[in-house]
Amino acid sequence: MAINKVAVIGAGLMGSGIAAHVANAGHDVVLLDIVPDGAKKRSELALGAVERMLKTEPAAFMEKRTAKRVTCGNIEDDLKLLADADWIVEAVIEKRDIKQSIYRMIDGVRKDGSIVSSNTSTIPCRDLMEGMDESFQRDFLITHFFNPPRYMRLLEIVAGEKTRPEAIATVSEFADIKLGKGVVDCKDTPGFIANRIGTFWIQAAVVEAFKGNVTVEEADAAIGRALGIPKTGIFGLMDLVGIDLMPLVSKSLYDAVPENDAYRTLYGEPELIKKMIAEGSIGRKGKGGFYRLNKEGSKPIKEVIDLASGNYSKALRPTPDSVRAAKRSPRKLFEHDDASSAFAWQVMSSTLCYAADLIPEIADNVVAADDAMKLGYAWKGGPFELIDKIGADWLVERLKAENREVPALLALAAEKGGFYRTEQGRLQYLSTDGSYVTIERPAGVLLLSDVKRASKPIMRNGSASLWDIGDGVACLEFHSKMNAIDPETLGLIGKSVETVSKDFKALVLHNEGSNYSVGVNLGLALFAINVGAWPMMEDMIKQGQDAFKALKFAPFPVVGAPSGMALGGGCESLLHCDAVQAHAESYIGLVEVGVGLIPGWGGCKELLVRNLTGKSRGLLGGGAMPVISKLFQTIGLAKVSRSAAQAFEMGYLRDGDRVTANRDRLLADAKARALELAEGYQAPEPQEIKLPGKSARVALMMAVRGLAKTRKATPHDLTVVDQLGIVLTGGKTDTTDAVSEDDLSALERKALITLSRDPLTMARMEHMLETGKPLRN
Amino acid sequence: MQTYKAPLRDMRFVLHEMLEADQLSKLPGYEDATADTIDAIMEEGAKFCEDKLLPLNRIGDEEGCTYENGVVRTPAGFKQAYDDFVGAGWQSISSDPKYGGQGLPALLNFVIEEMVCSTNLAFGVYPLLSRGAAALIETHASDTLKDTYLPHLTDGSWSGTMCLTESHCGTDLGLIRTKAMPGDNGAYRISGSKMFITGGEHDLADNIIHLVLAKLPDAPDGVRGISLFLVPKVNVKTDGALGPRNGVSCGSIEKKMGIHGSATCVLNFDDAEGYLIGEPHKGLRCMFTMMNGARLGVGMQGLALGETAYQSATVYAKERRSGKSLAKGADSGEKADPIIVHPDVRNMLLTARAYNEGTRALAYWTALKLDISAKHPDAEVRRDADELVQLMTPIIKAFLTDRGFEAANLAVQVHGGHGYIAEHGMEQLVRDARIAQLYEGTNGIQALDLVGRKLGMNTGRLLRHFFHPATAFVEEHQEDEALKDLVLPFAKALGKLQQATLVIAQKGLGDPEEAAAVATDYLKMFGLVAIGYMWLLMAEKAVKKSNGDADGDARYYENKMKTARFYMYKLLPESASLFLRIMTGKTAMAQFDEDDF
Repeated sequence: MAINKVAVIGAGLMGSGIAAHVANAGHDVVLLDIVPDGAKKRSELALGAVERMLKTEPAAFMEKRTAKRVTCGNIEDDLKLLADADWIVEAVIEKRDIKQSIYRMIDGVRKDGSIVSSNTSTIPCRDLMEGMDESFQRDFLITHFFNPPRYMRLLEIVAGEKTRPEAIATVSEFADIKLGKGVVDCKDTPGFIANRIGTFWIQAAVVEAFKGNVTVEEADAAIGRALGIPKTGIFGLMDLVGIDLMPLVSKSLYDAVPENDAYRTLYGEPELIKKMIAEGSIGRKGKGGFYRLNKEGSKPIKEVIDLASGNYSKALRPTPDSVRAAKRSPRKLFEHDDASSAFAWQVMSSTLCYAADLIPEIADNVVAADDAMKLGYAWKGGPFELIDKIGADWLVERLKAENREVPALLALAAEKGGFYRTEQGRLQYLSTDGSYVTIERPAGVLLLSDVKRASKPIMRNGSASLWDIGDGVACLEFHSKMNAIDPETLGLIGKSVETVSKDFKALVLHNEGSNYSVGVNLGLALFAINVGAWPMMEDMIKQGQDAFKALKFAPFPVVGAPSGMALGGGCESLLHCDAVQAHAESYIGLVEVGVGLIPGWGGCKELLVRNLTGKSRGLLGGGAMPVISKLFQTIGLAKVSRSAAQAFEMGYLRDGDRVTANRDRLLADAKARALELAEGYQAPEPQEIKLPGKSARVALMMAVRGLAKTRKATPHDLTVVDQLGIVLTGGKTDTTDAVSEDDLSALERKALITLSRDPLTMARMEHMLETGKPLRN
Repeated sequence: MQTYKAPLRDMRFVLHEMLEADQLSKLPGYEDATADTIDAIMEEGAKFCEDKLLPLNRIGDEEGCTYENGVVRTPAGFKQAYDDFVGAGWQSISSDPKYGGQGLPALLNFVIEEMVCSTNLAFGVYPLLSRGAAALIETHASDTLKDTYLPHLTDGSWSGTMCLTESHCGTDLGLIRTKAMPGDNGAYRISGSKMFITGGEHDLADNIIHLVLAKLPDAPDGVRGISLFLVPKVNVKTDGALGPRNGVSCGSIEKKMGIHGSATCVLNFDDAEGYLIGEPHKGLRCMFTMMNGARLGVGMQGLALGETAYQSATVYAKERRSGKSLAKGADSGEKADPIIVHPDVRNMLLTARAYNEGTRALAYWTALKLDISAKHPDAEVRRDADELVQLMTPIIKAFLTDRGFEAANLAVQVHGGHGYIAEHGMEQLVRDARIAQLYEGTNGIQALDLVGRKLGMNTGRLLRHFFHPATAFVEEHQEDEALKDLVLPFAKALGKLQQATLVIAQKGLGDPEEAAAVATDYLKMFGLVAIGYMWLLMAEKAVKKSNGDADGDARYYENKMKTARFYMYKLLPESASLFLRIMTGKTAMAQFDEDDF
């Protein structure tokens, strides 16, 4: 049975978020909650939740119109809406009796074979099923999403003793392929995997920090990047998720874990945290938490709490010596002798030991635990990968030196040489019986990291590599910092086109960085501008245009497979592809105007040509002008899509481009698409278009001048979009001339050089590099 | 014989014609700095230096300073010269009027400093150090300290020092051991030993104000734990009168290669009373604010000695007869011609001259920007000027002192064997010039400062202030018939410098050693191109007046053009070889293991 229609009961933060994400996947979903006392509208909880989700950031819906797929209702009047649901998710309050009464209600109306799951984070499956009908138990499991459901990739699945395997498989497949989740099978143990380890970790850090040897900022600096942990650290993370949740989560875990569990010795609630919760200092959703923004002055000041006194003072940004020395090496962090190092060691060594002690109690193997922490807590490597990075033997030695107990599994890993190894190009993990087991990827999953483990690149330089991903398809990977595009990247594109022409059927542009590409290496560009190397600048622009042009007219199909940000030059690389297979979470845009430039690697050219020629012609109405004005707005406002779906609306993706929900499936999908296109492939012909020239540019600028009068546009905005206008209207042409693609490239170059020489553009570039934010000058 | 006439004509050309320095008189606080005033002061300064300081140069070298029981005596005549110097107000040209200074631009002070150092470098370092100390106190010290010490440092009755180096560390100040313990009344007790302290003890002034780097008990490791203290030689009572001696004593003075008239001391601090300047642990940052001025000053010393070397060698080359001119052959009618007819001698003289005039322009240009960075009403103009100063500081320090040493060496060469004996004073110039390449940060450190810090700052924004005007000049003048033959070689060298800059920046990001390995070559290349730009700016002015229709000064302008050509043809091309060296990166050097040496 396939899942088509979904229902969610409980329109709280999690329930409504799950419903929104089901809608994102293109499925109709029913969202029900109770009828509150004195309700004006009987379904106001669900309706209110959808309304709220349309306003808050980060957005729960990938497009605003997706909200229409959510049918709101209440459990008194609308239970009948559950009748045709294939999957019903319960996400109500964490009370067993209430959940069970909901299940009984559901069981009365649901269709045969439908699946019911709970989003509980604290109640074991067997408790939920106690006293429920056997038939219900067969259709029931726990699906534990993480907040926010659209963005957090982890889905923990816990089956009951009686759950039928097809139910598990059906939900897992839907979550994987449609919702894009990383599904981790858990055992029916307290807190499942991620929160069991995560809660221990946070609690360990709180206990250690309250001993008073480190400040809050030092603690967060210590437990961060050096360990592959997000820079929010511990206290920043608590502020983010809400400090008020802490006692609930930690208490429920305390109650549920076995008597002799190490967590029990840690548990406690510092007075300061009680006081903070009582006063509403519960984190970002309240009036600040361990950190807060003091907005009394002219500039908001970030303040931090002193754990001893509870007073706030200006937050410093300390980089303790140990963290500086460690860079990204955790062992160096632990080997230092300052307070931050001692703190990090205490917290991480106990957490890693705890995790090692929990296998196989909470998960069959270390891979599940590592996946859970990576997908649910955004760690770069899970606890066992982290141990490998530190060195299991080193860790064991140090524990022994401190007379601490060494978990059996850790001792085993130390003896064997680590939790993971690569054998004949394949990744293997250490199982509890001491053997290494090869990790098998499910069908439809192709990871570039696996390819890289098993083979050598066809060619490589400092910024990009070309890989053979099998079946006659090559993959071009960017791997510079932030995957910025620099002369080396462009050079490798050029060479790749030659090689792929000879030896392959198709090419995919893809990488596993958190962002596909943030565009041109702005630092390099600004540096070249600062030394006044104008001829070199022009060469660099030309080099990019030529590289992308080579991709477009190559005798083989090219498929772009982005995930995360594809900005500026990154976006332009996609615009030159025959097709794009985008991850659902793709943030695509031509953002050059933000740094005082315009797209110069064919961004303007491609958007003009694809909208003014071929099939899509006329979609925007007769004549070039409507197309030009829309592009003028999209590029002029540096619009970035907040999802792949939105990128279609904005014109960065077009008919024929496709979307993959799960990142792990992106490369396989792109490869399949490339092979599809390779059948009888013919390279496109260069096009000529007619553009209106100067009169149209004047018209475009009239509207912008209006904005400048109301101060919505700055004087430099005018300068920049005027150059954009010149390119989009074809420069000195008029409607009788044909403008070639190369003419457009020349126009882009000229405009870019003109803007590069403007000190206001330099100021914008510099500001972006230094603050990450656009300068409005 | 050491010969020196202040090159007033050239100084005026750079100041008034090339730089239009009376623009400074439009800045608030500099209203008095009109061209006439500047000229009058320069003429007086020239007289003082030629008449009073030059005759003492040889005596100072031969006699040196003497040390006995903690007392240091300067060479005969130095005390009198010092009294005359401060009495005439030369110490306080650009000091703050609030403390008795004359409030004139720093640029003018640099011009005078050039003359002082041309005539007597060993003498010149005393007032230089005092001014550095005063500048630091003025920027960072409390009002009480300023009111107590600045008037005396300004009128020269007291002098100042910088106490950084210790026996085990100079460049790497993070390692210093001198301690500061909190004492009574907010004062500190300083204990430790410093060495290489210029003017640490002498008989020129009534009191010596030491600015000392030391570590507080709770100081973090390394350079982030250094604090700055003011420690007077003689304690000052609350009424301003001198009290008992403080716990500072001079342990010895160094015997050294040159500047014998300057006392280079070991200073022992024994529980000496000191006062914190700036915030605890942030002393190095305070120190750095005066570094630009001090490094520009040292760069000027290179130019100063180069000028004396050139003038002395020229006089000799015109007098000394040896061999016949190849050009005139037998026709000259003399048994032997003056050696200035010989191409090799000419090349040497012109090398020194083209560098002197070019580096003078660069130094004054930068000094002008220093004044603009201090006084201009528009914050953005101030910032831009300051950034140019920051960029040029290591170049001026290193490139000018290297060229000064080169010129002194050439002067010896022009003299032949007579340059090697003491009688003509040429070997003294070599010995004296050598120090400027070492102190205030060795020239190797300057090169690292340039590639390691200045290049990368704000993604290369500092570079903009040189490269943009230079490229704009090329674009504007490449078709200019009168300048074309100068612009074209320059444009080529500039292009190579741009390329080298990008390559170093890019390679250096991945491997800092790549940048460090070519730093010295790069600094020299940058210096050569920067001087090239200066020659273009000078030629642009000179070419208009060199056609005979000028105010009787056509010869001067024609010579400017000829020297410009010499520079572009004979000196600038060295940048091409430096470019090749830079492009080969670090391999040739890095392939050796330490054991291979």
